[in-house]
Amino acid sequence: MSVLIFAEAEKRTFKKVGFEVASYGRALADQLNVKLIAVAINTDDVHALAKYGVDHIVQIDTVALENFSAHNYAKALAAVAKNQNAKTVVLSSTANARYLAPLLSVALEASYASNVVALPVSLDPFVVKRSCFTNKAFNHTTLSGAINLIGLASNSYGIHEKTSQPEIVSFSVDVEQDLVQTQSIEKVTGKVSIADADIVVSGGRGLKGPENWHLIEDLATTLGAATACSKPVSDMGWRPHSEHVGQTGKPVASNLYIAIGVSGAIQHLAGINASKVKVVINNDPEAPFFKAADYGVVGDAFKVVPELIEKLKAFKAGAH
Amino acid sequence: MNVLVCISNVPDTTSKINFVENDTQFDTNGVQFIINPNDEFGLTRAIWLQQQQQAEVTVLTVGDASCEAILRKCLAIGAQKAIRIDALPTDGFAVAQEIAAHCKNESYDLIITGRESIDYNGGMVGGILAGLLGMGYVTNCIGLTISGDTASLSREIDGGKENLSAALPLVIGAQKGLVEEDDLIIPNMRGIMQARQKPLTVLPSQNLTPKTTISKFEKPQPKGAVKLIAEDQLDQLIELLHSEAKVI
Ligand SMILES: Cc1cc2nc3c(=O)[nH]c(=O)nc-3n(C[C@H](O)[C@H](O)[C@H](O)COP(=O)(O)OP(=O)(O)OC[C@H]3O[C@@H](n4cnc5c(N)ncnc54)[C@H](O)[C@@H]3O)c2cc1C
Ligand SMILES: Nc1ncnc2c1ncn2[C@@H]1O[C@H](COP(=O)(O)O)[C@@H](O)[C@H]1O
Repeated sequence: MSVLIFAEAEKRTFKKVGFEVASYGRALADQLNVKLIAVAINTDDVHALAKYGVDHIVQIDTVALENFSAHNYAKALAAVAKNQNAKTVVLSSTANARYLAPLLSVALEASYASNVVALPVSLDPFVVKRSCFTNKAFNHTTLSGAINLIGLASNSYGIHEKTSQPEIVSFSVDVEQDLVQTQSIEKVTGKVSIADADIVVSGGRGLKGPENWHLIEDLATTLGAATACSKPVSDMGWRPHSEHVGQTGKPVASNLYIAIGVSGAIQHLAGINASKVKVVINNDPEAPFFKAADYGVVGDAFKVVPELIEKLKAFKAGAH
Repeated sequence: MNVLVCISNVPDTTSKINFVENDTQFDTNGVQFIINPNDEFGLTRAIWLQQQQQAEVTVLTVGDASCEAILRKCLAIGAQKAIRIDALPTDGFAVAQEIAAHCKNESYDLIITGRESIDYNGGMVGGILAGLLGMGYVTNCIGLTISGDTASLSREIDGGKENLSAALPLVIGAQKGLVEEDDLIIPNMRGIMQARQKPLTVLPSQNLTPKTTISKFEKPQPKGAVKLIAEDQLDQLIELLHSEAKVI
């Protein structure tokens, strides 16, 4: 028996979520008193996982899996899970992981819970806490499969170091022609993506127009943050749709979310509520966002944001 | 071309989320139900296929009789047929199995689900359905054109998009971008009248054993009050974010 995790990588390097899933997997394997096995697909430095307590690394390296294919990745993970007799499989909540997880659950006939926010509430029966109603509630879900599959919500467990000396084995998989073929990938380069960002700076209708977005972008650059916006802002074409966050847009689970000129409508908050710390800058003290935020500045964005940028630059240039 | 759109019946986005029966049931009191927003984007795309490429559009929901109002709304929007599978949708895997059992007797070229439901947030029914039917699957779908028996698609990925092609039959997970908000069809009087005449078939449940069960619900801890920082004290904000919140 074992806990199996998929440590995701991009450009042959592990993503941070890979380490979060490993950290979670380690704790879960300790609770269950079994080994923690990680699957690494096309990565250059599997040893990086030794910092997070992995006992055993199954390394798959093949050009056939160079492009992500939900079908073939699910097939590869299912093959490893069966080979290693894994009873619990843990994936992250990246777009790719959420894409392949249901296919994997079919391949393994596993019970599957997505959006899991913590270690199991109980091991026997196997009960997990997951978020639902778009972050407005949680439910306790009992997984009763012979194999249980968990999708760990982003940034819900954190990265915890624990040194190990993993045994590394390579594994080969049969790759078939996927029914779905990738033709091309268009990635925005040189920008932090909302999914990967520790900090997200978001602008709403209060910024008055796209010509003022340099405020959001400058603040984001200063903080190494991703930029985001409210739905009307993307609907009006001030910003690309890919920046729209909220219930009907992208979910955000960053460490810090700064909302500027965003009122804090329920649908906006639902999508960003999983963020750890929320800051609001709004000139209306009655804006609902103040009820959801940890820190707030009542003030005019056009005055506050430039000053904040200057002060942050000074702070960054200083002792830190 | 036969298109099936899977519809989840969900509480309106502004609903107060409360639970009853010792926190084991969602409190539907005073809650208005809507077509899951992601499914509505998918339905609109399906109606365009009907208008431009003579597709026949069927909508399907797994749920009790209370879901029929939503199915009638889909008919008023333009779907030709509606199906309700008479089972309580408590488990995503079981919902997918119920839908798969129906699809095996039909010949759908395209099955549209939503990227995720806004109540369960499983993000699973479409993928499981594709897996069970052995069909291709593309989720987070923000672009779809069909010519002959192939589909060209785009999918939103973290930090960009991916363009794909696939042979029909195919399952997709729809989201905003597949059509835009402004494209959503608001039923008119004629549509509503016609919907009354359109077939709504009720199919029996497969009575499956669920793979998961929800034992209880919980609401997030109430939030502490916001700490207000005066607009001329921004150094204090930076200090709090650094030393107290430890996020910068
Ligand atoms: C089904 C459905 C789904 C939805 N999904 C989403 C979603 O996913 N994401 C989303 O964001 N919305 C969503 N919405 C829309 C949501 O209800 C709100 O309309 C939207 O979030 C408001 O955007 P906003 O805060 O930018 O604009 P407004 O509500 O117009 O707020 C602008 C704010 O800026 C402030 N302001 C004005 N001038 C200044 C200034 N000089 N300095 C500082 N502050 C200033 C104002 O006080 C105000 O609070 C959805 C709605 C529905 C019905
Ligand atoms: N009870 C249901 N009946 C029909 N379709 C459903 C049902 N539940 C979910 N779906 C479909 O599956 C999608 C994903 O749902 P979920 O896996 O719950 O996030 C939804 O957007 C719907 O298209």
